[in-house]
Amino acid sequence: MEYNQLILSSVLLLPLIAAILNLFLWGNSRAQRWVGNLFVVLHLVVSALVLKQTVAHSMIVLNVGDWLHGYGIMLAVDALSAGMIAMASLLALLAWFYSYEWFTSESVKALFNVVYFFLLMGLTGAFMAADLFNLYVWFEVLLVSSFVLFTLGGKKAQLEGTLKYVAINVFSSTIFLAGIGVIYGLTGTVNMAAAGIALDSLGQSSLANVAAVFFLVSFGIKAAVFPLFFWLPATYHTAPIGISSLVVALMTKVGVYVLIRFFTIVFPISENEVFRVVFMLIAAFTMVVGVFGAAAQSDFRKILSFHIVSQIGYMIMGLAIGTPLAIAGALFFLLHNVLVKTNLFFISGLVNRVAGSYSLKQLGGVLTQFPLLALVFAISAFALTGVPPLTGFWGKFILAKAGFMAGDWEIVTVSLAVSLITLFSMTKIWNQVFWKPLPQGSSFSVSTFSQMAKSYPSMVLVVLCLTVIILGVSFFPNQFIEYAERAAQYVVNRTDYINAVLNR
Amino acid sequence: MKTVILAFTVRLLMPLFFLFSLFLLFRGHNLPGGGFVGGLLAGIGFFLHSMVFGATETTKRYRLNPIRLMAVGLAVAVVAVAMSLFVGAPLMTGLWSSITLPLIGKLGTPVLFDIGVYILVVGMVLNVTFILTKY
Repeated sequence: MEYNQLILSSVLLLPLIAAILNLFLWGNSRAQRWVGNLFVVLHLVVSALVLKQTVAHSMIVLNVGDWLHGYGIMLAVDALSAGMIAMASLLALLAWFYSYEWFTSESVKALFNVVYFFLLMGLTGAFMAADLFNLYVWFEVLLVSSFVLFTLGGKKAQLEGTLKYVAINVFSSTIFLAGIGVIYGLTGTVNMAAAGIALDSLGQSSLANVAAVFFLVSFGIKAAVFPLFFWLPATYHTAPIGISSLVVALMTKVGVYVLIRFFTIVFPISENEVFRVVFMLIAAFTMVVGVFGAAAQSDFRKILSFHIVSQIGYMIMGLAIGTPLAIAGALFFLLHNVLVKTNLFFISGLVNRVAGSYSLKQLGGVLTQFPLLALVFAISAFALTGVPPLTGFWGKFILAKAGFMAGDWEIVTVSLAVSLITLFSMTKIWNQVFWKPLPQGSSFSVSTFSQMAKSYPSMVLVVLCLTVIILGVSFFPNQFIEYAERAAQYVVNRTDYINAVLNR
Repeated sequence: MKTVILAFTVRLLMPLFFLFSLFLLFRGHNLPGGGFVGGLLAGIGFFLHSMVFGATETTKRYRLNPIRLMAVGLAVAVVAVAMSLFVGAPLMTGLWSSITLPLIGKLGTPVLFDIGVYILVVGMVLNVTFILTKY
């Protein structure tokens, strides 16, 4: 147990230590960079160790401050949490190296190198928290850091976008807090496991439904589900691309993660037909509206932002179907989405670097100029739409299978139709950015791929690495699917989680 | 805002602010107070000083480096939090020594944690103040 405590504590403390060291090194951005390099790698290694331990022990619980089980702050890591932490850590590493060449001003660099690690700590903590209030605190750590990172550079559009982002998140946090209040008033605890048991013994209670609605709205906003997604496309395209890729990929997924956690452990929707139908509807509308939004846009990053919304629908669909297989599908889809979406954002940033624009009108000719970049984009785009044998196919296949097995063929039909429109909007990017000749008045800052690699080495390297990872997951999906199934089993059979947290 | 009366008063008040902030810091474990409130109060002392004499004068006189202070405060807090790992207890478990000092009370990691918070808050308040006075 000693070793488990140690790795769990260090996965949380490492980013904090990195942030502190970088505060000491304020003004010396080169040294800060090296500290950062060391700690993103260390964090990934330790989160891999945590992952390994959860495979061996199924669950690690850390009783912070040595209070009685269920009373103090508790951190609990099961297969789902460990997978999320490892994924976040990998993404944080890639985005860290990707952002290497983005900022030029020294003061911005110094701030970035500090705040980035607070963001990473918030992410790690949010995936570990076993009680609702602790979760709220980690969310705030995460949000405040992302507010700062979004405004780095201080352009007018950025400030406007961030203001919307801050406003909507403050609103959603308030609702979250209200939900916690109701849960606490009902059950006398904020521990998720203990609250779950207490709500069970209360039976059908209308106040419990109120709390569930609070959580649904609050995390629906954070996960950007229909009809609460409007803020996402309005803000994500204004931030520095390395940041928006990371936050885009992970922020909404933290929302999805919490939805899965809350609606399986505290308030299991599999036993509540009304909520299940509501989730189905949300999933369907999120998929459809997101993809139509994407099809209507004409900005590289805005199309991608709308796609996030659409893809969140698939994850909610898995949660709504609620069988272990469906949740496993949702989790695999989540992994797929994070990898592919981030890569697409990274590619858009690279195109922006060489062509100086995100607007589809001003872009073009990437295929003839940089065939390799076009290939990398094509792989990710096909993966996103779900062409076999790439990652999206496996995710959608499991979800569709689970849906048919549970008899929810309506939602499966919607999801498959949405895939087609996804393909359409991806071909739109392909036609405009890659295929059509470069429009008059636009030009590339470098002329060949090797020159691009020389000018932006770490950005190119990160994009290539991520593509290799996507191909790896595509061709060897077995381990990942098995892992997702294990995690889903654990999530659906909530007694194991509850017993482990409460030490019963 | 440099007037003789204000400058004189602030100079007189400074020690009072610090003493009272330390008092709040150390009484904070069982009674109202603690590192956060104490740090704010100490911050107000520096803040008043910089309102009268200007931020550069305050920085020079007290050899302040707000960002360094924040770093030190966080580092102290992390050390206090992680100390329990070395004796095999979970993270953030309070370790108490048997030494009891007059006025300060029993020594232990929670006190160290509060001191860390105190320094961090002072650094934070100063950082915000100095940035705002620049504009």
